[in-house]
Amino acid sequence: MSGYDIQRLARLIGMLPPAPQGWVEAAQELPRARREVGQIVARAEADAEFRRALMADLEAALDAEGVEPTRALLDQLRRHLPR
Amino acid sequence: MEAARDDGETAPRRAADLTAELSDAELVARCRDGDEAAWRELVDRFSRYVYAIAVQAFRLPLHDAEDVFQDVFARVYERLDSLRDDDALRPWIAQLTRRLCIDRLRAGTREQPSEEELPDRPGDDVLGELDDAFDVHVALAGLPNNCRDILDRFFAQDESYRTIGDALSLPAGTIASRISRCLDKLRTAFEGENPGPEGRNPGPGPSGEQVTR
Repeated sequence: MSGYDIQRLARLIGMLPPAPQGWVEAAQELPRARREVGQIVARAEADAEFRRALMADLEAALDAEGVEPTRALLDQLRRHLPR
Repeated sequence: MEAARDDGETAPRRAADLTAELSDAELVARCRDGDEAAWRELVDRFSRYVYAIAVQAFRLPLHDAEDVFQDVFARVYERLDSLRDDDALRPWIAQLTRRLCIDRLRAGTREQPSEEELPDRPGDDVLGELDDAFDVHVALAGLPNNCRDILDRFFAQDESYRTIGDALSLPAGTIASRISRCLDKLRTAFEGENPGPEGRNPGPGPSGEQVTR
């Protein structure tokens, strides 16, 4: 950046508005979501009935277990659940 | 001139700011050790940058930008161990974001074949401007809380004087002069961290000049 005039500084501040709060929080929750995914996948591998419930209706099965079916969690589970 | 100049010079740092003071390399090291507060700070530090590359530089629609945003941080989380130079976190994230944006644009043109070509990739000038903007925000983060807050609310969040005044319990009539003073502080801080090619370059504009968004 060759000049430090006030107008340019002001414009550059404006070039980085905040990302939507929900996006940021979802990304920040990644470690916790990964832990939950690991636990759910491990249980699904060991428990055929739980696995069937997950495959039939993922959101309902998570709800029944008291786990909030966030979009990030659902995406991760769909990728990692045994078929 | 206002009777009280409360730009927050003596405002104490919040606890959450402790991780904000870490360098990128220190942050990466803590994330690798499983420090979830450090991970939250990493996301916070780069969220605007990733968002701006997707939405401003590549002009992705919001739903695509959200997918790219989440994908970027998921990959950063998974591949942090593969980063060779911990100080190169920002260029790594920028490259990852650019690549995922291009993949998204290509996928879109495959799904909806049309006579339109893949939209032009943003020029280096746009991406360079976003890098400059990131540097300015780094300098902004080093300012006292009140200055950081007022400049960010006015210029980045597009809030009115009235909204800022209400949020910060300040008379709306003092907002403009506070913004001018804080911009001066920012310029001083930024010049200190980013000396120009010929050393310090104060640029035009006296203190307190009228500034527009």
